[in-house]
Amino acid sequence: MVDLDKAQEIIAEYTSLPGGVLECLHGLQGVFGYVPKETIDLIADGFNISRAEVYGVISYYHDFRTSPAGRKIVRICQAEACQAMGSRELTERVEEILGIQTGKTSENGDVTLEAVYCFGNCAISPNLEIDGKLHARVTGEKAAELLKGENA
Amino acid sequence: MTITIYIPRDTASISLGADDVAKKIAELPEDIKIVRNGTWGMTYLEPLVEVETEKGRVAYGPVTVSDVDGLYKAGFLSGADHPLCQGLTQEIDYLKNQERLTYARCGLIDPLSIEDYKNNGGYAGLKNALEKSSQEIVDDVTTSGLRGRGGAAFPTGIKWNTVLAAEADQKYICCNADEGDSGTFSDRILMECDPFCLIEGMTIAGLAVNATMGYIYLRSEYPLAKEILNDAIRIAGQNGYLGSDIQGSGKEFNIEVRIGAGSYVCGEETAMLESLEGKRGMVRAKPPLPAHVGLFGKPTVINNVLTLGSVPVIMEKGADYYKDFGIGKSRGTIAFQLAGNVKCGGLIEKAFGITLGDMINEFGSGTFTGKNIKAVQVGGPLGAYIPPEQFDMPLDYEAFQEAHAVLGHGGIVVFDETANMKDQAKFAFDFCAIESCGKCTPCRIGSTRGSELIERGDFKLMMELCDLMDTSSLCAMGGMTPIPAKSAFEHWPEDFKK
Ligand SMILES: Cc1cc2nc3c(=O)[nH]c(=O)nc-3n(C[C@H](O)[C@H](O)[C@H](O)COP(=O)(O)O)c2cc1C
Ligand code: SF4
Ligand code: FES
Repeated sequence: MVDLDKAQEIIAEYTSLPGGVLECLHGLQGVFGYVPKETIDLIADGFNISRAEVYGVISYYHDFRTSPAGRKIVRICQAEACQAMGSRELTERVEEILGIQTGKTSENGDVTLEAVYCFGNCAISPNLEIDGKLHARVTGEKAAELLKGENA
Repeated sequence: MTITIYIPRDTASISLGADDVAKKIAELPEDIKIVRNGTWGMTYLEPLVEVETEKGRVAYGPVTVSDVDGLYKAGFLSGADHPLCQGLTQEIDYLKNQERLTYARCGLIDPLSIEDYKNNGGYAGLKNALEKSSQEIVDDVTTSGLRGRGGAAFPTGIKWNTVLAAEADQKYICCNADEGDSGTFSDRILMECDPFCLIEGMTIAGLAVNATMGYIYLRSEYPLAKEILNDAIRIAGQNGYLGSDIQGSGKEFNIEVRIGAGSYVCGEETAMLESLEGKRGMVRAKPPLPAHVGLFGKPTVINNVLTLGSVPVIMEKGADYYKDFGIGKSRGTIAFQLAGNVKCGGLIEKAFGITLGDMINEFGSGTFTGKNIKAVQVGGPLGAYIPPEQFDMPLDYEAFQEAHAVLGHGGIVVFDETANMKDQAKFAFDFCAIESCGKCTPCRIGSTRGSELIERGDFKLMMELCDLMDTSSLCAMGGMTPIPAKSAFEHWPEDFKK
C-alpha cells in the first residue's frame, strides 16, 4: 500500500512553486522510487490540473516511472561518444551479465537496466552508472567486476 | 608547514576515482590540506592531483589510489619527479595553448569559495554593470559580438535588446543548462567548477533587461552540478550577490534551479519553457518569440550556460577585449569539447578559427585506440559526420554552415576506422524517434521510417525523406536529423552496401 498521507505531504511542498509539477514528480519518485498511480488524483487536485494532464507529463519524460524499479538501477550511455568507444558491445555484455534486456527489470526485482543519452562524461567513454554512481572508461571486464553477483 | 593539495571534484574526475584518491592522500602521515578544486578540463589526465610548491602548482596525473604510495615515496609532496608528473600545471601544453576567458578560473579555484572567486576577477563584471544603465549593458554585449553558444549562434545583444524593450510587470532570465548533445560537457564543467561565473552572468542579464527572477533548467543527468549550483546560489545570497538588494544597489535578482526529466528536445528553448511550466516539453510554434511571450507568458531571455558565463568577462574587461578574439562573424572564444575515441579528450577554450584537424591532432593526439580516424561528428547528434579530408576546415560558424555542417555547442566526437557509418546514420533516426516531441509528422513518423529504410537498404527513398524532414519540421530536431544521416551516406557510401 502506498502511504498516501506521505504523498500528500510531499505534493503540498510543491503546489505553491510556479510550474512545480516536474519538481513534485521528482520529489515523489525520490521518496517512493516511482510515481505511484494512486497519487495522480492528489497531484491533479494540488496543482488544479486534470488527471490526464498529470498522466501526460509523467508519460512524456523518460525519467518518470509508475511502477517500482529493481533494487539496483544500472544505466548505460547509448549516445555517440560512448558508441565510438564501444558502448554497443558493452551494452550486450551487460545485458548478458544481468540476464535482462535494456529497459527491463529482472523478474526477481533485483535490477533494472536503462539507457541514458549522455552523462556529459564523453571524454572518457563509455560510461555506466550503478545506483547513481558513474563509472568511466568501462570495459566488459570492468563491468563484470562492478556488477558481480547482480545477475538473477 | 601545511602542504596544499588540489584534487578535483567534478563528475569526470569522480567517475575515475578522485574521491578515493583524496581519501587516500588525506591518510598520509603529513600535515596536508586538500582543496577540492574544479577540473582544468584536461580530462585525459584525471584525476589530476596538484601540489602547491614554491615554483607553483605541480601536477600529477592520472592518479589512481594504487599510485599514491609510490608518489609519496618519490616525494610528490615537495613536487618531486615521478612518471606521472606533468610538471607545472600552467606549463602543460594542452592548457598553455588555450585562450581562457570564460574558463579562466576553472581548475584554479575552489568552486564554492566566493573569496577565491573574487580574488580571481569574479564579480568585477557585476560591479561595472551596476554602474551602467540597462541599455549600456545591452550595448556592451552587442558590441562584444557574443553569439549564443547553445547551438543556433544568434547574437545575444539583439535578443537582450528585444527583452529590454518589451513592456511587462515581470521578466525572466532562463538559463538553458540542458546540454543534451552527445560529446558536450562544457556547461557541466562551468557549473561544477565555477558556478559563481554563471550566477554572475545571469545577474548581469537580469540588470540588462530588468528581470528579477532567473531559472536554471538543468538536466537530471547532472546531479553533482545541481548540488554545487544550489550551494553556490545560497552562498551568493548570503554575501549579498543575490536577493532584493544586490550589493546595496537596490536592485533585485534571484535564481532557482529546476531539474529536467530526461528529454533531449527539452533543450529546445520553447520546449524548455513548457517543461519549466510543469508541462510536457512540446515545442511551441514561433512567433511569438520567447523574448515577447516566454516563461509564464512573460518576456524572457533564454541563453545557454556559456553565453551567460561569457558575460562577466565581457563586463570586466570590456566588449572590445572580447571581440578581438576570433575571426569573421565568430567573435570571442568557444569551449571545444574533444570526446569519443580520442587520446587526450577534454575541454579546450580557444578563439574561433583553429582548424578541426589541429584541434583533433594537436590537442587530441589522435585516437584512443591508436587506429586511424574515420569520421568526426561535430555539433552533437544533429551535426554532420566529417571525414579527415575536410579537417582543414576552420572552426567558425560560417565555415561550418557553408560545408553543410554545424558547430553547435562545440562538441567533437571522434570515431576510428572500426565505426560503421550505416549504424551511425540509423542511430540518428532512432534517436530522433526516441526523443521527438511528437508535434509534427515528419519528425514523429519520419524518424521511424528513416530507420526502417536504412535497414531495408532503400537509400533513394531515405534521401527523399531527409529532404521532407528538412523542409517541413517545426524545430531542428526533425529538421536537422537528416544532417548526420545524409553526411554519413554521402561520405561513406561503401558502408551502406554491406
Ligand atoms: C532539439 C534541440 C535541442 C537543443 N538543446 C539545447 C541545449 O541542450 N542547450 C542549449 O543551450 N541550447 C539547446 N538548443 C538551442 C536552444 O533552442 C536555444 O537556441 C538556445 O538555448 C538559446 O541560447 P543561446 O542563444 O545562448 O545559445 C536546442 C535546440 C534544439 C532544436
Ligand atoms: S520537429 Fe520533432 S521535436 Fe521538433 S516540434 Fe516537430 S515533432 Fe517536435
Ligand atoms: S555520449 Fe556517453 S557520456 Fe556523453
